[in-house]
Amino acid sequence: MKKLLLHPAAKPVLFVLCALPFAWLFYGALSDSLGANPAEALIRRSGDWTLRFLCLTLAVTPLRQWTGLHALARFRRMLGLTTFFYGCAHLLCYSWLDQGFELEVIARDIAKRPFILVGFTALLLMLPLALTSFNRAIKALGAARWQALHKLVYATALLGLLHFFWMRAAKHNFAEWSVYAAILGVLLGWRLLRALPHQPRQPQAQALKLQQDR
Amino acid sequence: MHFLKDRGFTHAASSEITPREVYEQRRRLLKGLAVGSAGALLASWAGRQALAATPLAGTKSTLPGAMAMEKLTPQQDVTSYNNFYEFGTDKSDPARAAHTLKTRPWTVSVEGEVKKPKVYDIEELLKLAPQEERIYRLRCVEGWSMVIPWVGYSLAELIKRVEPNGNAKYVQFITLADKAQMPGIRSGVLDWPYSEGLRLDEAMHPLALLAFGLYGEVLPNQNGAPVRLVVPWKYGFKSAKSIVKIRFVDKQPKTSWQEAAPQEYGFYSNVNPTVDHPRWSQATERRIGEAGGLFAKKKPTLMFNGYEAQVGQLYAGMDLKKFY
Repeated sequence: MKKLLLHPAAKPVLFVLCALPFAWLFYGALSDSLGANPAEALIRRSGDWTLRFLCLTLAVTPLRQWTGLHALARFRRMLGLTTFFYGCAHLLCYSWLDQGFELEVIARDIAKRPFILVGFTALLLMLPLALTSFNRAIKALGAARWQALHKLVYATALLGLLHFFWMRAAKHNFAEWSVYAAILGVLLGWRLLRALPHQPRQPQAQALKLQQDR
Repeated sequence: MHFLKDRGFTHAASSEITPREVYEQRRRLLKGLAVGSAGALLASWAGRQALAATPLAGTKSTLPGAMAMEKLTPQQDVTSYNNFYEFGTDKSDPARAAHTLKTRPWTVSVEGEVKKPKVYDIEELLKLAPQEERIYRLRCVEGWSMVIPWVGYSLAELIKRVEPNGNAKYVQFITLADKAQMPGIRSGVLDWPYSEGLRLDEAMHPLALLAFGLYGEVLPNQNGAPVRLVVPWKYGFKSAKSIVKIRFVDKQPKTSWQEAAPQEYGFYSNVNPTVDHPRWSQATERRIGEAGGLFAKKKPTLMFNGYEAQVGQLYAGMDLKKFY
């Protein structure tokens, strides 16, 4: 497994996999096979893929910790950048196909549908992460500061989830949303647990010490 | 066609409308393709729908406003992009899942405040009045629209026959809710069975259509077979599908969407570009199947979906912001 992950072809293969949904949607748009409402299909599916890649990106570290396969870390950057790419495509589809790039119309739409602003903020928070994704940026910032900056992705995840929830709330349709919420809940919850100050066996240890003292 | 007098709806260029002869010829071609070339997988696939459909003819309606002069939404789109939550919440679900719906035997119970309540068999309903073809705009509350050639007759024809009594002020429509036939019933999106309602005078308006077919064929299951309501001046969800009960009542009946979100879905739900849904604008709409496809501009939504001349007087003096 480790050998496979470290194989020189692993990254190119992942790149192709990451590009597949885009290629599929692009082909669908060209061949007019996206159903009766292609604009809506493109907007929704690009949003779906943003969330999916966000889940994958956030799964890298927990998976690495659970399995000990530290080579997984090699793929985190590409997955993160893919998430950002699909997020940008999502925004482009919305502002172009749904709103015709009319800023005034978009402003009115945002006033009516605040979840759009939430989604936009989630994407905006990814921008500094994408801009500092290359090695020299990590060096320039210093690992600690870079890591602190990239914790912004947790805000993106929560805002993205809220964006999707709010959108589905109109029709009380939360089945799909709950799947993403559960996955992100586990991935973020795991990090939270690890970040908590360690105190589990302390009471027991103290009890032992007391026993010994007597 | 700007030289035509504006009768409350926008006229499209006549060149945009697919003539009946042309689409019928296309369908004959598909059927021929399917029947003729044995073993040609593609052909049989292409003809699947054409072979399955049973024709249901209607004479062109002469009712004012009943023949929208607009480009028809392609049949493929009309029958594959549906909100019919009993078969799933995705718009592609009904076309995929509704084959399990059994439309025979089927009865519609007409009851409540009427002198002649009756359980109608669907075959009897089909012959109750002459079938007409009517081309209506359909505006979904979600912000998209279609132009559909329905086949049916005015709901008033049925109402007249059961003779509502003096207590009948509203009409309630209750649709089928059968777990065995409808996979979506298991979801808690709405309280089943789906229920909708109209004021009696709205239900009596000749444009309120009891529909049995579209595009000259019996209704496909996903479009609300075997009998549905079409109220063209109201948002699509008011037009109940696969109706099993029509009840005349003295009080405004509860409707499914009102129950689910009363602050968002009103009893009237008339198409109105000036009254937004609390969560989105209703000023414009995306016409499905429009030339230009992906890059087609949205259209401005018309008051009462363009039927103001015909139905506006039903709401004279009413505050439509309050009674949304």
